[in-house]
Amino acid sequence: MLTIAGTEFKSRLFLGTGKFSSSSVMADAIAASECQMVTVALRRVNLDNPEDDIMKALSVREYIFLPNTSGARNANEAIRLAHLARAASGSSWLKLEVTPDPRTLLPDPVETLLATEKLVKDGFIVLPYMNADPILALKLQDAGAAAVMPLGSPIGTNQGVLTDSMIAIIIEQARVPVVVDAGIGAPSHAAYAMEMGADAVLVNTAISIAGDPVAMAAAFAKAVEAGRTAFVAGMGQRSKQASASSPADGKLSSDLGFLA
Amino acid sequence: MNITVNGSNKVFQDIFSVTDLLKTLQLPPETVVVELNTIIIQPDSYHSAKLVEGDQVEIIRFVGGG
Repeated sequence: MLTIAGTEFKSRLFLGTGKFSSSSVMADAIAASECQMVTVALRRVNLDNPEDDIMKALSVREYIFLPNTSGARNANEAIRLAHLARAASGSSWLKLEVTPDPRTLLPDPVETLLATEKLVKDGFIVLPYMNADPILALKLQDAGAAAVMPLGSPIGTNQGVLTDSMIAIIIEQARVPVVVDAGIGAPSHAAYAMEMGADAVLVNTAISIAGDPVAMAAAFAKAVEAGRTAFVAGMGQRSKQASASSPADGKLSSDLGFLA
Repeated sequence: MNITVNGSNKVFQDIFSVTDLLKTLQLPPETVVVELNTIIIQPDSYHSAKLVEGDQVEIIRFVGGG
């Protein structure tokens, strides 16, 4: 079973809660995904139009909330958001996200490492969103990250796991769980990440903007389970050379020889 | 009394504490987290957290996000 910071997870699928058409669709999709951990963001309350409290829709089941620091452009902003998140959630789980460029939303490796070091000292369970850089993954885990979350491709792009060769190295070297986050646009992408040996995947956009988010959440649950089962079962090696599936012995010696 | 709430200057009457402010804004205290002059106020201190002219208040809550 997957364990992060001493907490066991039956499901290896984590869900983001952004961009759903309504709170009820979101709650139904999360239920259909059978996930146990969901991410949430922190924003200023719109005083002219306070929306419904998202936590009310999610309170029907006991999820682990993984607040993110989205919107933070540097370590200091992320640290400030982290403390607000802990005050709001009462828990220390944190998806650390430092994205200085709104166009690419790519994570800043230097600021992410600085913030991880500080927040671990402050007692947070830090899961940093990071580029798929194996050296950075080692540094983050040495800094005390509870898991590392390399991106498959940029946030919200549905491009899949474009960083697979780097993620393979991260998985090979990691002593903490590896959660492939961002860019996973289809159940097959999630299955692929799990077949590679990722410990979990985090999916948001692909489910929330699907024609039927509830059905898509169920599809992702199956894909993650299938990918994990395939990884544990042991995948065959890729080869350039053909290798017959049928036995070589007892083959007929000449064309249509059996008619003779 | 002038208080800046979430970046906007607002004028309030008869507001003495964070509890009063949340009540006036009709925000259930358990759904938000409050920063007063960049210091996080714990919910059990909302009543004792006094507001004065020129205070900067941030009222934050969880929203959907990935």
